[in-house]
Amino acid sequence: MVDFGFGLVPSSRINLDLFDKDKYEELAAVEPDVRICMACGSCTAVCTAGKFSTTSLREAIEDIKNAQPAKAVEMLQACQLCGKCSMVCPRGINTRHLILSITKTYSTK
Amino acid sequence: MKNNILIIGGGPAGLEASAQLQRMGYNVILIEKAPKLGGHLAKWDRLFPDSVPADEVLGGLLRSAEGVKCFTDTDVRAINRLDKSYNVRLTNGITVLSDAVLVASGFDLFDAVKKEEYGYGIYDQVMTNADLEAYFKTGSDKRIENPGRIGFAHCVGSRDEKSGCRSCSKVCCATAVKQAIEIKQAFPKAEVYCFYMDLRLFGRHYEDIYLKAQKEYGVRFIRGRLAEVSENYDGTLQVKAEDTVAGKPLKVTLDLLVLMSGMRPSASGKAIGDLLEMTVEEDGYFAVRSGIAAGQRSPIPGIFLAGAATGPKTLPETLADARAAAMEIDRYLTEIFPDAKNYKQLVRERW
Repeated sequence: MVDFGFGLVPSSRINLDLFDKDKYEELAAVEPDVRICMACGSCTAVCTAGKFSTTSLREAIEDIKNAQPAKAVEMLQACQLCGKCSMVCPRGINTRHLILSITKTYSTK
Repeated sequence: MKNNILIIGGGPAGLEASAQLQRMGYNVILIEKAPKLGGHLAKWDRLFPDSVPADEVLGGLLRSAEGVKCFTDTDVRAINRLDKSYNVRLTNGITVLSDAVLVASGFDLFDAVKKEEYGYGIYDQVMTNADLEAYFKTGSDKRIENPGRIGFAHCVGSRDEKSGCRSCSKVCCATAVKQAIEIKQAFPKAEVYCFYMDLRLFGRHYEDIYLKAQKEYGVRFIRGRLAEVSENYDGTLQVKAEDTVAGKPLKVTLDLLVLMSGMRPSASGKAIGDLLEMTVEEDGYFAVRSGIAAGQRSPIPGIFLAGAATGPKTLPETLADARAAAMEIDRYLTEIFPDAKNYKQLVRERW
């Protein structure tokens, strides 16, 4: 194929029609707290890994709800399970457990 | 204590103030332009935050206002200020000489047709919060047939300067959360999305129903104002918004879209205001003597205000406002009004 010197960027638009409800319910069954995140960003603000790589539990939860679970799993790779996020979460979510469950449920490897 | 008091508006504010003033021994005349008392409350099914039946609350208000002279299907035709009383001619031919007038003219819901980009009145599957309440009340609406994906658009006709509605309508966030829960109860398999800019759940128990909507009902809250709605060939709706938390544009297909129409100053209230030459603020609601210290007194001596005539209010706020107005009227009629000789001076000092 001729190289024209430009390519197409895949759409970054969120399409909720692609949301996998069964998979999400599977996660919610072991981790009901995934529903109650209000996206305040406290977890991201204190994240030790976040200083060096793009790691954000808030964003990962969003990605899952926005039908982009691969991004979530990828993002949580850098998590060191230090647990600072669980200390600051105003809704008392067991964030470490949630991170493990997200990875377990959505990991394709 | 047998002064005549005219109360304009037979919604919750008018009913509650009537009941209170009647208990105090005044001669209350309540007028309502509609054929039935109750205002918007009569059209609502359940009330936030605890989903109390609206009928129950209205029944209580009507019972406590029993014995009040009440004219339905009646409006004000003309009103004249006499020395210190008001001579009010009603559309039913009756003339009332009233020592105090309480304007409890309430609100109108924003006409969602004006937000053309949301397609109310254009696309079949778009309805308003009032339509949904009517559905809950009657159990039938041709738009609702086991919907699988339902969206709620917050801030329709509020926080929208282009529509002439800058202010927050205050009650719609809690209403949306309540209705989202109720529609999930009716259709447990449905996916429910709320599109909001800020969630203003300021009242007692309001945060609880927000948490409940997330936790028990799996309602998805998406921060981003609904931008555009279009209809697919099969009659479903495609809606677009930005998920501002993710910072990405978003689209989703819906079977039903509910627009949270906000509170607007009522048209009939405006007509009364014109007759009385009452001051209206930039937001369209009546001005009060002092927003903090005298929220139930208008700038005109003898004219009082209660309820949503002075801005969006929740039902308990409206009832409290009506009780406060009753106290203020009583104070006026006992302290200022009877002193004919010094009336003008007293009004200057104490109004």
